[in-house]
Amino acid sequence: MLLGCFYAAVSIGLSVSFGLLDVPHVAHPAVMILGSYFTYVLTGYGLDPIVAGVVLMPAFFVLGILIYRFYYEAFEKRGTDAAVRGLAFFFGLAFIIEVGLILGFGVDQRTVHAPYIGSSLVLGEYRIPYRMLVAFGVALVLTFLLTIYLSSTFTGRAIKAVAQDEPALRLMGANPVRIKQWAFGIATGVSALAGAMLIIVGPVEPAMDRLYIGRTFCVVVLAGLGSMTGTLAAGLILGIAESIVLMMLGASWAPAVAFGLLLVVLGVRPQGLFGR
Amino acid sequence: MAAPLLKVQSVSKHFGGFAALSEVSIAIAPGERFGLIGPNGSGKTTLINCISGSLRNDAGSIEFQGEEISSLPAYRRTRKGIARSFQIPRPFHSMTVLENLLVPSQYVVHLKEAEAQAQAMEVLRRIGLADKAHAQANQLSQVELRKLELARAMAARPRLLISDEAMAGLSGSEVDEVLKILFALNADGITIIMIEHIMQAVMRFSQRVICLDAGRIICEGTPESIVANADVQRAYLGA
Amino acid sequence: MKYWIGAAVALAVAAGMALSGATNEYFFYAAFVVLQFVVLATAWNILGGYAGYVNFGTAAFFAIGAYTAVVLFKWLGAPLAVQIAGGAAVSAALGFGVGLLTLRLRGIFFAIATVAVIFIMETLMVNWRYVGGATGLQLLRPDVTPPFESYTRMLFVVMAFLAIAAVSVARYVQRSWIGRGLRAIRDSEEAAECSGVPTLKLKLFACTVSGALMGAAGAPMPMYLSFIEPASSFNLTYSVSALAMPMIGGTAHWIGPVIGAFLLGSIQQIVTVTISNEINVLVVGVLLVLFVVLAPDGVLGLFRKLWPRRS
Repeated sequence: MLLGCFYAAVSIGLSVSFGLLDVPHVAHPAVMILGSYFTYVLTGYGLDPIVAGVVLMPAFFVLGILIYRFYYEAFEKRGTDAAVRGLAFFFGLAFIIEVGLILGFGVDQRTVHAPYIGSSLVLGEYRIPYRMLVAFGVALVLTFLLTIYLSSTFTGRAIKAVAQDEPALRLMGANPVRIKQWAFGIATGVSALAGAMLIIVGPVEPAMDRLYIGRTFCVVVLAGLGSMTGTLAAGLILGIAESIVLMMLGASWAPAVAFGLLLVVLGVRPQGLFGR
Repeated sequence: MAAPLLKVQSVSKHFGGFAALSEVSIAIAPGERFGLIGPNGSGKTTLINCISGSLRNDAGSIEFQGEEISSLPAYRRTRKGIARSFQIPRPFHSMTVLENLLVPSQYVVHLKEAEAQAQAMEVLRRIGLADKAHAQANQLSQVELRKLELARAMAARPRLLISDEAMAGLSGSEVDEVLKILFALNADGITIIMIEHIMQAVMRFSQRVICLDAGRIICEGTPESIVANADVQRAYLGA
Repeated sequence: MKYWIGAAVALAVAAGMALSGATNEYFFYAAFVVLQFVVLATAWNILGGYAGYVNFGTAAFFAIGAYTAVVLFKWLGAPLAVQIAGGAAVSAALGFGVGLLTLRLRGIFFAIATVAVIFIMETLMVNWRYVGGATGLQLLRPDVTPPFESYTRMLFVVMAFLAIAAVSVARYVQRSWIGRGLRAIRDSEEAAECSGVPTLKLKLFACTVSGALMGAAGAPMPMYLSFIEPASSFNLTYSVSALAMPMIGGTAHWIGPVIGAFLLGSIQQIVTVTISNEINVLVVGVLLVLFVVLAPDGVLGLFRKLWPRRS
């Protein structure tokens, strides 16, 4: 169940960039893993991983803006064939990031150390690893904050509006491109923290982004594009499903769960649970 | 009227909680010139999308030539004789103008290559785009694109042609040009539904007009009676 | 007519090279891979370039073709031709299935679904002992049929034949009314549907044909390596390459993927041997992004700009 919340946290960024903004951001997990590695580097300097994650957020925010800006100039503006090429671009980007990490850090797994990693909370029969609690906590806080942000602040609501009706937004005087840029930046910034969570929860290696493409897109699609709370619910469902499969069939089947679930959702109810 | 060509009965369409169309009913006679007006967002294009098949209506029925078509995909409806142009032109931009017309010629009318080319050229001549036949579609001007939209619908040899704001942004003489073509098509027996904001075009062209507002029909009648109707005026000018 | 003459000549040249005593074996190894990519890139382009639906699951269709060949070989001792036919058939069915599930939706959902297929298929193969599971399976090649000197040379000619077959199929689709319908779908699917194009059927057709060709390309792999295992068969590099090659060569015409395959395939061989495998993947990724951004019509597009044809 905690795993589920973790998956939700990890997918929130995608919920914004793909769910709301319609950007085919298959490189989202790769960027997140990038965050994990940067967290790893920063912990080498003595920073606690969570703190490292938070520190990285503004940097990744800027990165997100840059990426979106580039994507917009190169693809969205030109319309027409953009969908195919935009998708190809993000796949290429994901690959470049992955290989870059391999070149920089090697293929081995990396972990971080912190006081709460390694020990567990004992509640009667259950042992809950502290690091999972940390991830759970952060996930909850993130979702909460993001949901509030999107419904209360002006920029937040503008982001939601741009997803539904761009021309109306223009009429209101807001610049849709700036808003999308901002939203994408937020999504990427959130990924940084998610990346920190990732490396807290377990070891990280460059090829993990592929697996997480499945998990994050599964969560986002299952939730329904654009629903933040749905993301939490969907994350839980995925977490539970994976745990069940893990128990019943063993670890070799686990990777297929997210992707399988994704296919099922796409076939049966593409708009997800809470979709618009 | 005698058996209507198109019968729309109590059609409704929702997007989430928003009701784009609420129980809209229309009957169009064969050979009729029918006008559809209404302020922006009133549901005109949604209605057209439901008739042409780009959208599925949530409730109600749509009959074409006595046959229920609500569950048919759009390409089947086109093959049965319903053609439409798009409000914002959607040309096949990687093809030439002529090739754009070859698509419906081959897929709707099922002509072989040579015949299709001949028919397409004929349509282009009629609509005044013959000299642009081999130009890339993405190099046309706005006006030419609108004509291409109409031409592509014409190439499908429809029984019912729906023209969605084909004249927006055209000059007076260009409007006349397009009207002339539509009149000529109608004289050939094609039933035409015209959606327009340009009132003088609607007045001149339509035998009957319906006004939509917020997804409902608020008035139906001759062009003169529609324009004089208080509800219609209120809808366009606001409450 | 010119095309078929050219194709026959190409096949004859390939056969000639294989039957001659000259050239080291490595040439045939490398050429086999490049020709394999010709098939993959061409197959990808039928759905991706012509219709505009990005398939990222090339690795899955390719690997399933390989695994089908293994099953047919192990169970029935089937000859290569049957393996290829089987691989094509199973991958075609896979393409049809995935298409049926997701081609109704927007392009990105189809793309993500194809990624999903890779992982699901890989997981299935990892858990199937009969084909070796995670550790893989060794295979004993049958004796070489004369006049070929080595099995590799024979496979080279087989792959050359498959490459020509694939390109012929792509050429046919492109020039036919099917091709025009696919292009209409790519340019504006809604307008295509309203112009009478049965979009779902055409997309399914393209997806199935594409899958079949990819499966055919994969079938000779187990014989080529005398070995099969999931990790390398389902390698994502196949997916990226099959995507990058048409993007680089040009997606509008059947010759684009061929150009892209030869160019990128050769670069890949050189880089892998001289530098490293990782750098190779990096190069592919960078080239892909570069071309997608700067030269969206690929090498073909650049040619057209420099030497405009009078049409």
